[in-house]
Amino acid sequence: MAILIDETKRVIIQGITGREGQARTKLMLGYGTNVVAGCTPGKGGEEVQGVPVFDKVEQAMAHSREHAAGDIDISVVLVPARFVKGAAIEAIEAGVKLVVLVPDRVPVWDAMEIAAAAKDHDARFVGPNTLGVISPGKAVVGMIGGRAESAKAWFKPGNVGVISRSGGMSSSTAYYLGRAGIGCSTICHVGGDSVLGVRIPDAALMFENDPQTDAIVIFGEIGGSMEEDLARLMIEGKVTKPVVAYIGGKAAKEGTRFSHAGAIIEGGKGTHAGKVEALEAAGATVVESFGDLPGAVGSVLGGD
Amino acid sequence: MARLHEHEGKALLAEAGFTIPRGSVAASPAEAREVAEALGGPCVVKIQAWTTGRKAIGGVAIVDSPEAAAAEAERMLGMSVGAFPVEKVLIEELVEIDRELFISLYIDDAARAPRILLSLSGGSGIEERGAGVHRLTCDVRSGVDEAELDAALAESDLEQAIRPKVAEAVRAVFDVAKKHEARSVEINPLAIGRRSALRADEFEVVAADCRMTIDDYAVFRHPDLGIEIARELDHPPTKLERIAYEIEQADHRGTFYFAQLNWVDRHSEPISDWVDRHSEPISDSQEETTTAAALATDASARRADLPLVGFHGAGGGGSMMSMDAITSEGFTIANFTDTSGNPSAAKVYRAARIILSQPGLVGYFGSGSGVASQEQFWSAYGLAKAFWELNLDIPAVIRLGGNSEDRAVEILESVNDLVPATIEGYKKDDPPRMIADRFARLVAGSVREPWKPRRPRVPDYVGADFAFRFEITGGRVWIDTRDWDSTKATVLAHAAELLKDDNGRPALAVSQDEIAGKDSELIACEVECRRAGAPVVFVELDIRGLD
Repeated sequence: MAILIDETKRVIIQGITGREGQARTKLMLGYGTNVVAGCTPGKGGEEVQGVPVFDKVEQAMAHSREHAAGDIDISVVLVPARFVKGAAIEAIEAGVKLVVLVPDRVPVWDAMEIAAAAKDHDARFVGPNTLGVISPGKAVVGMIGGRAESAKAWFKPGNVGVISRSGGMSSSTAYYLGRAGIGCSTICHVGGDSVLGVRIPDAALMFENDPQTDAIVIFGEIGGSMEEDLARLMIEGKVTKPVVAYIGGKAAKEGTRFSHAGAIIEGGKGTHAGKVEALEAAGATVVESFGDLPGAVGSVLGGD
Repeated sequence: MARLHEHEGKALLAEAGFTIPRGSVAASPAEAREVAEALGGPCVVKIQAWTTGRKAIGGVAIVDSPEAAAAEAERMLGMSVGAFPVEKVLIEELVEIDRELFISLYIDDAARAPRILLSLSGGSGIEERGAGVHRLTCDVRSGVDEAELDAALAESDLEQAIRPKVAEAVRAVFDVAKKHEARSVEINPLAIGRRSALRADEFEVVAADCRMTIDDYAVFRHPDLGIEIARELDHPPTKLERIAYEIEQADHRGTFYFAQLNWVDRHSEPISDWVDRHSEPISDSQEETTTAAALATDASARRADLPLVGFHGAGGGGSMMSMDAITSEGFTIANFTDTSGNPSAAKVYRAARIILSQPGLVGYFGSGSGVASQEQFWSAYGLAKAFWELNLDIPAVIRLGGNSEDRAVEILESVNDLVPATIEGYKKDDPPRMIADRFARLVAGSVREPWKPRRPRVPDYVGADFAFRFEITGGRVWIDTRDWDSTKATVLAHAAELLKDDNGRPALAVSQDEIAGKDSELIACEVECRRAGAPVVFVELDIRGLD
């Protein structure tokens, strides 16, 4: 088991003919993801690395039913930021239940409209501004690892679920865990923005219900309330698996955004200290230095 | 989130049908007098600055004559908020406030939708007060939940006659926020009152103040707002931040984020004192024999008051983690920079040039997540070019872990042979803490004088008639033809099949259109040719505003 993605999921790529689309198709195919189709308006009939391209998600859906024995499970959106809203809503309306929004700089009102559409259709989305999700040894959606051979070398299968607000640190966290002999069930980069589809507490609930996952690792950041919301779930007894966290931005000052759209302390809310305190009060292990993460995870797993 | 000043936000509210006090901004006492004269009656003069609690710092005054308005304007225009002078004041008619309400719209990340806070009493600290505050649900498409709004008003002791006007104001706040893609709108107070100069009897709902921020990522859809730099900073943008922002706008290959956090004239200690105190170099043998514990004590004592470091992160989270690592070692970073998302070599080069435009740096520290999905050699080429051009003479420690890290480190460290500085590259298996420690040792052991920004060096064939020249996006390439017969093999070997030999002269092997976008490959060619002892290719990259 794993969460969100595995080798059985049928995946399409919106924007497959673009620069990023082509590069990430190679990664996904190379890693073993079941990519059944791609979409780019006006490019229907072409192929990218053997994957058929359609103008519309609806057509890709029909293709998937006919040739891949079922509905599309996931669409990975790799179009320029200003077209993300249209692409995501098209996929959601065509019946895709999980949309992965990779692009950075998606306007927040667009993200909220995508959220409203997802709610209407009982769908979910990861991102925007996500590097994607990878279940080591199974499949990847998005661009974690960059290249299939790197992804295979860096990430080991295992029993730890990783949730990160940073793309690079998703890879980094899983890599250093792997070096310490700890593998991962799924690595989920929830995204760097303030309005996200799958938030840290949502992903934690999925890991809670995943039999393969024995512990949850969080790379959190200043800003927003996701870490505090996770702490609440832990206190309510809804997340009972051990949680180990690192929170970035201890040296950040209020009122300045630190790169990620969501990484800003406003009105004294979303501080490093506030998040550490909330998580510790809920029983999580919060490490001071990122380098201490693998050791702390090893401890909560009982040293095995 | 680009912030708007009070008067800018109020103008947007007025467009949406809000009542705002009559008034205008002034940049001089004379202008303030004119505005007050035209208003004709008691006025309020307010500084236009990004701060809360303006009253407490003397930024708000009530005046009863144009002369008094001019006097207050003169005083306020001499004020500074933080390090920044007040440039404008707003002069408005005085509103006789009968009652103060509060409306604020914000983006609720848990609900993934806007939410409106409505309170029946104004003032600061509204979130803490709790009682009487309504949190109204909004649908991003249709607006505020009307049933919740009705219930909130019905519960209140507001007069019946004024309730529809308050409801209108709440709806208008949503409309303004949606139209301009605001991340927040705050009207505090929303006044129920009479505008004194009009001698009106009827109570009106008036926006007496307004704070609004616009989503950075939507600014491109709102050129009418005149936002020059869509970045949330705690200060108005500096010259370098403006230059950096322009680069980011012109090149969307990857991300480049640059914010200045500290600068020399803000730093408490004169750098000469620091240099005096840190003039004892540490020998290599000492390093090897000292125990880790002794090192930690020794190092922290040595670093407690280190001056500024140029910081170059990669990836939002990795940059933040690296910033924490370097500051927890006692350093102060001059700037926060992030180049990531597979940035072009040109973008990383320009980032390095901007970082090295800050005086007083004792070193250049680069680190990201350490396990980057992007191909790291492009970043290495960008850094190698910048370090060579500036003849770097302060230490640089760069963690280039991730895809193609071996090649990246080799490229970066090749610059050691060409500049006075020690430049060290590190990989994914080198922990940030060890690298920060190494950086501190290099700084303490080698820096005699802090960094002085300088003009980049340029080869003598740049601009020469004999050089072969062609344009690329954001610049141009020069190739020295003087000894082409003996250098062409090297150049063509590193030119990624973009160049060729045409009867003893260099020439393009692809169309002008195609080569224009190959700036990264050409930067690689320049760096590789220099490494190979044939420094005959130079990519001149423009950075507008950086002299």
